[in-house]
Amino acid sequence: MNFELTEDQKTVQEAAREFAQKRVTPLAREMDEKEEVPQEILQELAELGYFGIRVPEKYGGLDLDMLSYTLMLEELAKVSAGLMIVVSAHNTLFCEGLVQFGSEQLKQKYLPRMAKGELIGAYCLTEPGSGTDAGGMATTALLRGEEYIFNGTKSFVTNGGIADIFLVFALTKPELKSKGISGFVVEAKSPGLSLGAAEKKLGIKCSDTREISFSDTPVPKENLIGEENHGFKMALTILNHGRIGVGAQALGIAEAALEESIRYSLQRKQFGQPIANFQAIQFKLADMAMRIEAARWLVYQAAHLQASGKPFTKESSMAKLFASEMCNYVANEAVQIHGGYGYMKEYPVERYFRDARITEIYEGTSEAQRIVISRELLRD
Amino acid sequence: MKLSPELEKFRAEFKEFACSEIAPTAKEIDESRQFPAENVKKLAGRGFLGIMIPKEYEGLGLSSMHYLLVMEELSAVCGSTALTYAAHNSLCLNPIFNFGNKTQIEKYVPPMARGEKLGAFGLTEPEAGSDAGGTKTNFSENGSAYVLNGSKCFITNGSVGSVLIVTAKRFNSSRPKEISSFIVESSWPGFSVGKKEDKLGLRGSDTALIHFEDLKVPKENLLGQEGEGFRQFLKILDSGRIGIGAMSIGLAQAAFEVALKFAKERKQFGHSISEFQAIQWKLADMATKIEAARNLVYHAAYLKDSGKPYTREAAMAKLFASEIGRQVIYQAMQILGGYGYMSAYPLERMYRDQKLCEIGEGTSEILRIVIARQLLRNFSI
Repeated sequence: MNFELTEDQKTVQEAAREFAQKRVTPLAREMDEKEEVPQEILQELAELGYFGIRVPEKYGGLDLDMLSYTLMLEELAKVSAGLMIVVSAHNTLFCEGLVQFGSEQLKQKYLPRMAKGELIGAYCLTEPGSGTDAGGMATTALLRGEEYIFNGTKSFVTNGGIADIFLVFALTKPELKSKGISGFVVEAKSPGLSLGAAEKKLGIKCSDTREISFSDTPVPKENLIGEENHGFKMALTILNHGRIGVGAQALGIAEAALEESIRYSLQRKQFGQPIANFQAIQFKLADMAMRIEAARWLVYQAAHLQASGKPFTKESSMAKLFASEMCNYVANEAVQIHGGYGYMKEYPVERYFRDARITEIYEGTSEAQRIVISRELLRD
Repeated sequence: MKLSPELEKFRAEFKEFACSEIAPTAKEIDESRQFPAENVKKLAGRGFLGIMIPKEYEGLGLSSMHYLLVMEELSAVCGSTALTYAAHNSLCLNPIFNFGNKTQIEKYVPPMARGEKLGAFGLTEPEAGSDAGGTKTNFSENGSAYVLNGSKCFITNGSVGSVLIVTAKRFNSSRPKEISSFIVESSWPGFSVGKKEDKLGLRGSDTALIHFEDLKVPKENLLGQEGEGFRQFLKILDSGRIGIGAMSIGLAQAAFEVALKFAKERKQFGHSISEFQAIQWKLADMATKIEAARNLVYHAAYLKDSGKPYTREAAMAKLFASEIGRQVIYQAMQILGGYGYMSAYPLERMYRDQKLCEIGEGTSEILRIVIARQLLRNFSI
């Protein structure tokens, strides 16, 4: 059993940390308040290659392993969970899917520009009527001549308003229900594609979330990803990867919350001494750190299994479930340790508390993770 | 505990008022961070700003139980309005009535009960939060006045209140732990408002830093006797905590109802999600926790109205109600999934608003200290 990161992984981690701390930390509060990521940050992420981090080198990506990528996401999440999801939605939910399942032609057409950050990607699975029951979708993509014609609505699409290109799941054989779903690359400028208003959210506010609708939107036949009617499994496989990322996000938020809590409890004096001297605060810090540590290895393990080509469905669900619950526990305790200050926007724990909440909801709620995990257990 | 028919009727009528008059602007108040002045006026119009004040001083002469029901129903629709209301009644008006002399009561209580003057309580300081006894605001005497200097932070109604109870220590006193409290008017020279806080929740409620610079307080505005401030503010907080407990229950109940409705209407996998055991158990746990918390809160109010000690019970009620309140709203958000995270639904606002219940008027950590002290004190070997 080896818990050591490789030198390469450490290098990735340090580079991401340096960028995040130097460039993003000073902007994080403003990004949250303005509900947007500044263009120059997106530009710098692109220059670092962070828009093609798992894309093979031949398409211009960095081709890093899953654990390196996870470490990078964790560092971004530590300073801005919203920025992290902008990056991971593009990389995992779009690029990973296209790399794993797309035709050579599609990869050549899109990946090089995506890896450079010239095209931003988004993933469209959830619909107003189908969340946890993703297979119950209603959006259709019916073949007419050389084109599929899309009709329907996707909701809660991360990067919806900034994306140039969408990975969309739709029914190609509606009568087969979840067995009649296919995945497609759909360009944002397609006719009949329209964007809803940006959603107002509790947290991860600098990321853009909105509804995407299709009204007789034509998509060329060659934009089908993989085989027709094999899309649902693909959607779930992509989410298995995404869950490692959300686990890393939860880990990053929690680590930041713990750091702030340690700093505050050493500085804050009440009853004539730093509150860190009080056992109740010490025990809180100990519990927070212990849970972070447990979550960390679950998340890294899932990434390591993926990188080793082993099954990781159960492990990525466990990592996401445990880390997201841990994260909310830690963020809540961080606010408690800060007392009244924790409720104020001047202290970052206020933002961590809001951001933490999404990790138990998207890319499969905690309830959906429990379904996945128990199914895996019962099947074996 | 079952409410009397009179209290049930009172609740039903107030709820109807809150839903029709207060609820419609709650989202906008949160988004615009606008002080709910209109809501305060509406409450004042019905006499609720002096709910527990006897009729001879122009109040409604009702009990703590009535007050709690108002807090629950107000919190269910608009947390910002509820906190504004609580700070006025429980942290300022009632203490003036309870600790004040006849002259003070006659001067301050009727206009406050009518809602013409809003109240606030200046206790917390930048360096004195949980350690409220560590207050640095000081007073000295100058002829017929006390002269106040210092700052108070996180003061609910701090910039909108016109009457405040302020705690301070005598400058260079030989008894450095002794605290006194004063009735202060915000219009007096030397009173100034610092920054208004931008908060996680209760964003319409006014939270401000206030300063006193050589603020002259007439001698007759000392509340009770010099040195009684510590005992007074502990009593004020005992009573205030029941109100915050009720606030948490009101928010939790409202979130539970949103989740219950959603669970019945939302279809996934061809079924209403309320048919799934995991959702049913969540709903069962949520309702059980609310029921338990409500009984704790009502019990504390019952003890208070009966004139019995209730410090421990009030602390338990607030601690438990505020922790389960967060858990209930949390699970309500889980039931709504993505919708729970979006501002189009009220849950994310409730989640933000409710978090204050674990912090204000004594953090959960302080309440555990209060409860433990009560337990250990009463235990003899």
